[in-house]
Amino acid sequence: MDFGNILINAFGELISPTTAAYALAALGLAVHFGYSGLLNFGQAGFMAVGAYGYAISTLTFGAPLPVAVLVALVSSVVFAIVLGIPTLRLRADYLAIVTIAAAEIVRYIVTTNGLTEVTGSANGLAAFEGSFYALNPFPQGVYNIGPLGMSERNLWIRVVAWTIVVLACLTVWLLMRSPWGRVLKGIREDENAVRALGKNVYAYKMQALVIGGILGSFAGIIFTLPRGAVQPANYATELTFFLYTCLLLGGMATVLGPVIGAMIFWVVLSLTQGLLYGAIEIGAITFLSNVQAGQLRYILVGVALMLLMVFRPQGVLGNKKELAFA
Amino acid sequence: MIEITSSASVEIRLARPTVEVYTLITQPMPARIGGMLLLALGVFASVLLGAPTAHSSPPSAVSVTQRASQVTPAPAPAESAAPENFTDRVSGVLRGVDGPLGGVTVTVSGNGFDGETTSADNGFWQIGVPEQGTYEVLLDENSLPEGVELAEGQANPRTVTFAGTSNATTLFLFGEGIVSQSTSFWDDLAERAVAGFSFGLLLALSAVGLSLIFGTTGLTNFAHGEMVTAGAVLTFAFAAVGMPAPVAIVLAVLGGGLLGYVQDAGLWKPLRRRGTGLVPMMIVSIGLALALRYIIQFNFGGATQQLPGSQSTAISFGSVSISQNNLTSLAVSLVVILGVGFLLLRTRIGKATRAVSDNPALAAASGIDVDAVIRIVWVAGGMLAALGGILWAYYRPGVSYNMGQQILLLIFAGVVLGGLGTVFGALIGSVLVGLFVEISTLWLQADLKYVGALLIMILVLLFRPQGILGRRERIG
Amino acid sequence: MNDEREIALGGGGPGCRKRDPIVVARKVTRSFGGINAVDVDYLEVPRHKITALIGPNGAGKTTLFNLLTGFDTPDSGEWEYDGSPLAKVAAYKVARMGMVRTFQLTKVMGKLTVMENMRLGATNQPGESLAKALFKGIWGAREKEVTAQAEVLLAKFKLDTMRDEYAASLSGGQRKLLEMARALMVRPRLVMLDEPMAGVNPALTQSLLDHIKNLKAEGMTVLFVEHDMHMVRHIADWVVVMAEGRIVAEGPPSTVMKDQAVIDAYLGAHHDVDLGDSTGFERLEEELAHDDESVVGTAGEGLIGHTITELHGAGEPGPATVHAEEKKP
Repeated sequence: MDFGNILINAFGELISPTTAAYALAALGLAVHFGYSGLLNFGQAGFMAVGAYGYAISTLTFGAPLPVAVLVALVSSVVFAIVLGIPTLRLRADYLAIVTIAAAEIVRYIVTTNGLTEVTGSANGLAAFEGSFYALNPFPQGVYNIGPLGMSERNLWIRVVAWTIVVLACLTVWLLMRSPWGRVLKGIREDENAVRALGKNVYAYKMQALVIGGILGSFAGIIFTLPRGAVQPANYATELTFFLYTCLLLGGMATVLGPVIGAMIFWVVLSLTQGLLYGAIEIGAITFLSNVQAGQLRYILVGVALMLLMVFRPQGVLGNKKELAFA
Repeated sequence: MIEITSSASVEIRLARPTVEVYTLITQPMPARIGGMLLLALGVFASVLLGAPTAHSSPPSAVSVTQRASQVTPAPAPAESAAPENFTDRVSGVLRGVDGPLGGVTVTVSGNGFDGETTSADNGFWQIGVPEQGTYEVLLDENSLPEGVELAEGQANPRTVTFAGTSNATTLFLFGEGIVSQSTSFWDDLAERAVAGFSFGLLLALSAVGLSLIFGTTGLTNFAHGEMVTAGAVLTFAFAAVGMPAPVAIVLAVLGGGLLGYVQDAGLWKPLRRRGTGLVPMMIVSIGLALALRYIIQFNFGGATQQLPGSQSTAISFGSVSISQNNLTSLAVSLVVILGVGFLLLRTRIGKATRAVSDNPALAAASGIDVDAVIRIVWVAGGMLAALGGILWAYYRPGVSYNMGQQILLLIFAGVVLGGLGTVFGALIGSVLVGLFVEISTLWLQADLKYVGALLIMILVLLFRPQGILGRRERIG
Repeated sequence: MNDEREIALGGGGPGCRKRDPIVVARKVTRSFGGINAVDVDYLEVPRHKITALIGPNGAGKTTLFNLLTGFDTPDSGEWEYDGSPLAKVAAYKVARMGMVRTFQLTKVMGKLTVMENMRLGATNQPGESLAKALFKGIWGAREKEVTAQAEVLLAKFKLDTMRDEYAASLSGGQRKLLEMARALMVRPRLVMLDEPMAGVNPALTQSLLDHIKNLKAEGMTVLFVEHDMHMVRHIADWVVVMAEGRIVAEGPPSTVMKDQAVIDAYLGAHHDVDLGDSTGFERLEEELAHDDESVVGTAGEGLIGHTITELHGAGEPGPATVHAEEKKP
């Protein structure tokens, strides 16, 4: 078992674009759930809308990069509004069911054979990342970040992804310290009280839903770019639940919590995978196959989600006194 | 929906660990907070202990784990695979009207690779390929048994493209029976309606349990889908160790009840004692759903298996035909639901349940043992979900680790349509969902049939948020 | 500030006309599952007065509140506030028009600080619009004003020492005070208080009653729900009695208390109602006898008026405000 390699892999996860995508999407959930109390169980849907919006506009319409990103964002805004109209007047549990249903509807629609021309159905779409890498300012070569060597493409996507994460964190922080954020926190606790103070609760919830959705959409693009492919199976409901795990790990009503949560999530997954696979390789564990070792990690995710919610709902960074759902 | 049946030898091998997991989880545990920790540890331990017999996984499990590892940025296992043992494969099942077709030659070519195989006795064939990509698949029609021909319009050769998973499947359809027949619209409608009614009633079984649990505890249980899966998987496991199907089904339903009991005693009751809010409990149920789903996959594998007697003959009533299984399922769910309705309306415990559902505090004040009622509701809910899962396994047909998750949203849709927490609303809502899902296939692509039902749920919420039978609530 | 003119035009009685109504409701009905929770034929609420809405449990008082403020939709009926029709107007718009309510079950944001609760109430905050929220330069100035306004109110309600505490740490009575103070941040013209005295300990009850009187003194109209009619005797100018969804009597407190319909409503529907916990109320009556002094400020000055110095006669401070220092800006 090569501990050095396992640690390097774990470090790789720390700065991987997938971690950045999870951080962004979880930050969107923090805006939804942590700050506004909107129980959005359809963040995977927002990510899918972003990823497909980008891929379809690039492939089917030949849109240049900025237009494709814009299309992705506008689609997620429209999705948020369409979703918000029926649900934002409802109780939290209804909202949860409707958002999860909406995300599944998106997934069914991009999977259907009737739209294969546009969405590629179950196979998904590929080869849309060219315009993104064409903008790469880094010359060809191998770049080292700490112990990790990577190509100029991998460096470029990481730089872009984490820049977006930093900007998004800054924006959310600015928003949440403002009176606007205060209204949201008020809504999280008691929307009728806020309504009685003359605030248009519905509009605030809609704005929060849209902002979190835009973050989800960005996350979808970042998630899909390094893979060079977008497939419906990646946007199933589990994705949303993994995001909730990240959010709860870090602290749901904090700005940096989702980012740190996503990092912990992926580093722990990588470490457990490395250790389990390593142990299987050297014969220390004989009763697990590699496939089962992979599944075991997801069992742990589920157990971790339960334990977190029960024993430390404020996460690593959160303040229990500020936690609306303690 | 296309499911891949895997070979029978795999089925036996997988069955045992599934049983072990459940016996381990059901060990008595203290009903305190520590119980939850114990549950978690127990789950973990049982997973490890349950593992030894499930060493290798069936072929199509690869595709599922591959899917999971796409979410993981793990190094692709394909790179390290030896050339003669490719992890990427093209596969399929050849099944004619009279059963599986063995000994049929299939060739795969493309990307500078050629492979040939013959199908096994159960009709399964697979060819490992060096890389994912597009391949041409040719079925040698001369090798088909006497009297079997490819159905009309079946492309041969055909091209198959990997969908990012390590397994690409293609189905060849045979014989006259599968060629689309031209029937009148009304016949189609009647047939879909009967199927939808059957589907709706099996949904209702699970939905009634979900609704009862919501009514008495306020919990929106996202782990209900796994309780559905548990019923089917347990039946499969009991049948695989040699029990006759009826015994296996009864035991599985009892097992479902046990699962409900253990969940309540080990997890939900301590959480209620702690005064945990409803939203945190909902998220806990998601964690539980994830854990249970992967525990089931861990032991059962990712493949779809069949319960005994999953193939049944069609019975015709005039121009409407329904499969024997669907008809049985319809009758069973109808009887069970009428039974549940009778219990709720006429018996002491049923009345107590409705009282708790209406107002737990008042019920407690009037001497009803609320905890006992909730315990019974969990057991009953678990049994109903398990039965629903078994019927769902016959309806699809097939048992898979995520089958419950597939209908969870439809169960929710039924419950929400009827009104959260109202038992008879859940019944009506589920039947409507079932009918809608099946009838919508007259116009919609079959792979979109759940979309219609989910959209209807959203629309109903727009105009009547409390559902069909629900009540509006007072504010302030 | 003592307008002694008759409130009603041409005698009292259910549904009578007022000289200067601020709210007029006609044929407002609301039923829950076949039971008429509210069935109000005609009701006017007099301007610049304290009106008490009393009645036994389940009389429909809170439901009427919900209907008037847009939190619930009636089956039929129309009503207007200050001349503008309010039927089908959203709750938040009703509040913006100056008709602000509190809730029977106190709604303070326990996970926000007392000061943040107060700031939440203020109107016209540019920072509450999404586009401007990013730039503190735009909303910083208004935030300072809001904070100053909140500090004056908190001092008045003796909550200033709790300024930076999370509201969850306040006692029940302090939460009631905070909710009322927060409602005043909206600068309402009509304040609707749903059972402001419920669950408040006697020492705070008296200061709450004083605060209600002050609201009138500062030019606001008050409509409050009270379960117990003896609580209202000394502060209400007008009493409306509801039973089983209908208005059974209205008039000045002294008249209403003697009204046979009222006694029937209470005794008929609610035999165990406490018509007079004499010892407690006698003490309260004495303390309120000189309550003219408790009225501070003038009608034109408004709430934020920095000339407001301190409250007199607010009674003994409640247990949680013992350490409150008198603020003398």
